[in-house]
Formats: sequence, C-alpha cells, structure tokens
Amino acid sequence: MDNSLRKLAVNEKARIISITASGEMSRRLRDMGLVPGTDVEVVGRAPLRDPVALRLRDFTLTLRNNEADCIMVEKLEGRHV
Amino acid sequence: MSSTATIALAGNPNSGKTTLFNAITGARQRVGNYPGITVERKEGTVSLDDSKINVVDLPGCYSLSAYSQEELVARKVLVDERPDLVVDIVDATKLERHLYLAVQFFELGIPVVLALNMMDDASKQGLRIDRQRLSALLGCPVVETVARSGQGKQELIRQALDHAKARGGVWEPLRISYGPDLDLALERMTELIEAAGFMTNRYPARWVALKYLEADQEILAAGQELGGPAEELVALVRELREHCRKTLNTVPEAIIADYRYGLINSILRQKVVSHETTRSERIDMSARLDSVLTNRLLGPAIMFGVLYAMFQITFTLGDIPMGWLDSLFGWLGETASAVIPAGLVQSLVVSGIIDGVGGVMGFVPLIAIMFLMIAFLEDSGYMARVAYMLDRALRVFGLHGCSAMPFIVSGGIMGGCAVPGVMATRTLRSPKEKLATLLTAPFMPCGAKLPVFLLLIAAFFSDNQAQIMFTITLFAWAMALLVSKLLRSTLIKGDPTPFVMELPPYRLPTLRGILLHTWERVWSYMKKAGTVILAVSILLWAAMTFPGLPEESATKFAAERQAVAATVQDEGQRLAMIETINNREAQATLRYSVAGRIGSFFEPVSQLAGFDWRTNIALVGGFAAKEVIVSTFGTAYSLGEIDPEESASLSNQIAADPAWNQATALALIIFVLLYAPCFVTVVTMARESSWRWAIFSTVFNTLLGFGLAVIAYQVGSLFLA
Repeated sequence: MDNSLRKLAVNEKARIISITASGEMSRRLRDMGLVPGTDVEVVGRAPLRDPVALRLRDFTLTLRNNEADCIMVEKLEGRHV
Repeated sequence: MSSTATIALAGNPNSGKTTLFNAITGARQRVGNYPGITVERKEGTVSLDDSKINVVDLPGCYSLSAYSQEELVARKVLVDERPDLVVDIVDATKLERHLYLAVQFFELGIPVVLALNMMDDASKQGLRIDRQRLSALLGCPVVETVARSGQGKQELIRQALDHAKARGGVWEPLRISYGPDLDLALERMTELIEAAGFMTNRYPARWVALKYLEADQEILAAGQELGGPAEELVALVRELREHCRKTLNTVPEAIIADYRYGLINSILRQKVVSHETTRSERIDMSARLDSVLTNRLLGPAIMFGVLYAMFQITFTLGDIPMGWLDSLFGWLGETASAVIPAGLVQSLVVSGIIDGVGGVMGFVPLIAIMFLMIAFLEDSGYMARVAYMLDRALRVFGLHGCSAMPFIVSGGIMGGCAVPGVMATRTLRSPKEKLATLLTAPFMPCGAKLPVFLLLIAAFFSDNQAQIMFTITLFAWAMALLVSKLLRSTLIKGDPTPFVMELPPYRLPTLRGILLHTWERVWSYMKKAGTVILAVSILLWAAMTFPGLPEESATKFAAERQAVAATVQDEGQRLAMIETINNREAQATLRYSVAGRIGSFFEPVSQLAGFDWRTNIALVGGFAAKEVIVSTFGTAYSLGEIDPEESASLSNQIAADPAWNQATALALIIFVLLYAPCFVTVVTMARESSWRWAIFSTVFNTLLGFGLAVIAYQVGSLFLA
C-alpha cells in the first residue's frame, strides 16, 4: 500500500515509489539519492519528532516531516535495506 | 626537466577530501576565497620526481547541478581553469551514493582518477571491493587510500600524473543512455548546440543539452544571454517535459537521476563489491552512538552538557596562559617606560601600542582552546547532530537547523567570531533563512566582546562569573531568535526551505586536521590584532592625546602643584594631593582631546543608559573592532593615572570609579552584546548579502542595543536605589 514517508515509524523499512516534489526540492532529494526504487529505513527522529533520520545507500540522511510528505513509499516487512 | 600539472580534488562532503588534501600537500597550502563569493579556495603543491603538481581542493559537493554555491564553484573551476585531471574521492563504504558525482565527471569528460578512500573502514565492515574490475568498468584508474594515515597518497599522485599525461588534456565525455524519449531529444539538441557552437568552448554539447533538460538555472541564464539556439532548445525541452508528464507522469530530471543511479547499480552489481560478513552481524558504531546522543531525552541533555562543558574548559584552561601573556605585556610596558624617556613617544608606545595590542593578544589562548573544541565537534560529526536536534526549534523562529552553525561560530557557545560566522551562512540554501541568520549572528558573544564582559563581571559581579557568562550567552540566543522571528515575519517573509542533510558517521578527528583548522582561525585573529587593531589603537591614542591642554590650563595645574609642594609639610599627604591634581589634569586633557569632545557630544543621550563620555569613546572605537573597547578603557585609564608602577588592574579601577555601578555595568554589557557589528563583520555581511542589509543591521542593532541598555540602566538604578 502506498503511503507517505512521514507515516513510517522508527525502524520501519520501505521502498520509494515516487517523489511528488518538484523544482529545486525534487532535485535536492534526487542528488542525495532519494529516487524511486530506493530502499530506506527510518532510523530515528529528532527530540522534537522532526526532522526524521533515514538510512539509505549506506548513509544517513535527515529530512523534515513536510519533506517526507513528498516521498511516497511502500512498506517492506522485516527486510534489510 | 621539470613539468607542472594541476589536479583538482573533488568529492562529497565527509568523503575525507580535506584530510587527504592535508595529507598530500602538508603545510604547503594557500587558503583564499573565490572572487566575489565566500567559498573557500584551498591550493597546495606537491612534488613527485621532476614534476611539481598544483593541487586545488574543490568545495565538497554531492552533484554538479547548480544547487549550491559549492557546486557552482566546483563546476566553474573545472570548465574555466581546465585542470589536467580530477581526483574524485569517494567513501568506499558508500560507493553507490558517492559514484553519483563521479558519473557526472565522466559525462563532463574531464580525466578522472578515483580514490577509494576510507578503505580501513571498509575492511572493518567486511567490505571487499574489486579494484581492477571497478577500474575496468568505469574506465579510469582506481586507487585505494586511507586519508587519515596518508596511506596510498603516493600511489594516488603517481597514478594521477600518469593518467593526466596519457590523456594529454583531452576531454572524453561519457555518453549515457537516458531511455528512448530523452535520448531522441538529447540528440536533436546536441546537433543544434554543435551546429551553433553554443557554449561549446566551455562545455561538451551533450552536457549543455542535459543541463537544459535538468532546468539548470545557471546554464539557462547563460544561454538566454547568448541567444543563438537558446529559444529553440527551451521549446524542445518544454515539448519533452509535456510528453514525460503525459506518458510517464514524471519530469526529465527525475528520469536522468534514475538512469544515473541505474548505471551505478549495474556496475556495482558486476561482482565489484562483496560482503565478507552479513550486514546484520556488523555492529554499526554510529547508529549505536546516535541512539544515545540523539535520543529524545538524553540527546538534548547531553548537547547542553557538552556546550556548558566547553565554557568551563575554556575558562579554566585558558586562564593559565592568559595570565602569562598578561604578565608579559605588563613587563613590556614597564620596560618600555623605563627605557623610553617620558613624553609623547613613551605614551604612544606604552599606552597606544603595548596596552592596545596586549589587550587583544591576551585572548589568543581563549580563542585557540575554543576553536580546538569547535573543530573537534565539527570533524567528529557531532555538529551535524546539533543542527538535526535543533532544527525543529529553530524553524519556529524562521531559521534552519543549519543556522545553529553560524550562531555557534559567531560565539553562540562563546569565544567565536562573527566574521567566519557570517561566512558560514553560505551553507544555507534559502536566501531568506540565510539573511535572517547572518543579520542576527552578530548578536552572539564573540571572542572580542568577551574581554568587555570579563572586565565588567570581574569588577561588579565577581561572585558568580561563569553563571553570568552563561546568562549572557542565553540572552544573546534569545535576542537572535526573537529578532530573527521579527525579521522573518516582516521584512523577510517566506516559506522554509528543504532540510535535506547528511548525518556523517561519527569518527575520531585527526589531530593534524584539528590543529590546522585551529591554527587558521587563531592566525587570522592575530593578523587582525596586528593590523586593524594596531592601527585603531594608534588612531585612538592620537585622538585621546591631541589636541593637548591649552597653555593656560596646563600652567594652572602646574601652579596648583607648586602651591601644594610649598605649603603641605607631611610627605604622604603632599604626594596624595599631587596625585589628585595630576589625575584631574589627565582627566581634563582627555576631555579636551578630539575623542573627549566626541564622547562629550554624545553624553547627554548616552547618559540615559549611564554611559559617560569615556565609555562613549570606547564604544566608538568598538565599531572598528570590539577588542578595542577594552584596550580603549585601558588607554583611557592609564592616561588618567599618574604612577606607571600602579598595579591595580583595570577592573579594580573601574569598580572604584564612582561613575560606575552594577546598573551601568549591566547596561554596558547589553549594549556591547547587541550594538553595531564591528567594521570587518559589516563588510563581510555586505559581501554575503548587500550593503543595504549591512547598513540596516548597523543602524538597527545600535538602536535596539541602546533601547534595551536604557531600560536595563533605568530599572537597575531603581533597584540599587
């Protein structure tokens, strides 16, 4: 089922289906490796629950919740990223 | 025979690029700025056999798009300076992501040597990388390095030199297929570009076409100015964009990124990387550290603990060498007084130069220790966590998690400098958040304001120094945040920008990297002390010395002294009376001088905040450089003092002065914290934004500081009364 990245809980894994952002924001996300087909894992949230920290392609990235809204994902059950 | 070659070091931030640069060039480096912008330019040299190699350290970037100034600069250096070769430094443990930049170098066509850095980490993680296979698949030499120990740097230089020679400066752009739709358009566009010679003196034709598809702002603007086929290209892109939206529900730039990652994955899948151990067995140090250091409750507590510990360490440790320097300059002053006959020259050397420069140099240890710790936090990766943890809070005030850095560098945890702080705002992508940050960063208690606070605290609040300093810092943050909120909801309104940021893995910084970093900062502070502040000290000394008292007043004081000498019998009493007269004369001299007149002119207004004319002189001097405030007090008080052997410190003198009380001290602390940034900062602000904003901050900050100082003084006086 498609969901936005924001809905994921810490330690949940998912695969990116599409990026709904446009312009500079979308370019920035892609340059950092967030492209459809990529597997990501939510590894943490900042003390105020925002931003969120993701693990993908062997590195850790942080995003704000409203940016995570632009990333549509499907949850992966119990799989390593 | 000797030959020279130029190689550029490129790589993602946190790829170990700077460490490798330091390892290769050692101390033979020059640090400067790219003209017009403030991205740092580092260059160095290294010799191998008969060749002298210039090494340019490109700013760290993730891509060659026009997203940040760093990326634009990297691109500009490559196409305009055409180095013989690019050494692309990639983190071997993050090959997939780091090759994204490499692929773009291949597309540009410049000769590349790939440095597989952090091989020690890779083997620790059980990663095996087939270097030969990777080299064959990428079509470029691949060298394994460990930047921290310098391992592999010799081979890297040799390979770079050989490859540069073999390629002979010829660029061979890699042609990547982007699928039938894009390829067709790219071909047509490339033909158009080639036929018109459109920007082909700088970039390969297909690369220009790609940038048009990626809607690259810089290339589009340059193209529009050139004319030629620009309009036709834009029309073609518009057509393709519409086609992609209709048939694939995506945009060309997304397709381009997909294919680039696709290419990287297809290469890596050909048995290039293998894991010796399964990932689940691997203990990820950084993840474990993060579960504590960015923990919901522990994280902020540890963060404030770390910041508070930095004060304590700086003050306890810095105190010792500061005492030595203090004694050194005291001794220098005494020696100069003894050697040089009394008069204008002695006054210039002792009161102008030694006191002025000594006051500044005395703080070098403090700054060195502070930067040592900041460099450690930055290089260890903790600073990025601070930005991560603070982003949500900073966003409330219209700022960005990355605003924390400029604030901290400016003195947010004390002892920084607004000049590098303002420069650090360039990492902020959004012009609005950047502007708000750079306008409010100078509120922070920078290293130059510290002496003023230390002086006043020692004189009036000596019981709890550290607590008061901590309160000052919290107050500075509160002001910076509130003013930023005010600006972001009035003059610089607008939506927040993306916070896409890498959290680099924790690592123990190299001693060399930290020392180099600290030395650069301390040296630039000392240079400032040696030039600007020396000049200002002399200028202020002159302003406080000339014009001298008119003949008749001088004669009057001389007559008074003679009268006392003739009439008063008791020696102790006589000396005391003469000293009082001398003090009055010195006071009158200062008041009669140019500086005294300026100070007196503003006194009716500044009196509202409890500042007398002498404080006004110091504050005017402080606009040139905040360090000058204390040295001006020093000069002013040593001019007003008869006995050069008098050992009472400046703070004792001020404490004893009836014109001063705790309310005055508080008002002055507030005013110094907030008023106009120093001249160097103003110039830097103008360069980072515009003169309009720089002047705005000068006027606005002074008014704000004065308003609050008046309130503090008036309310404080009520309590004291």
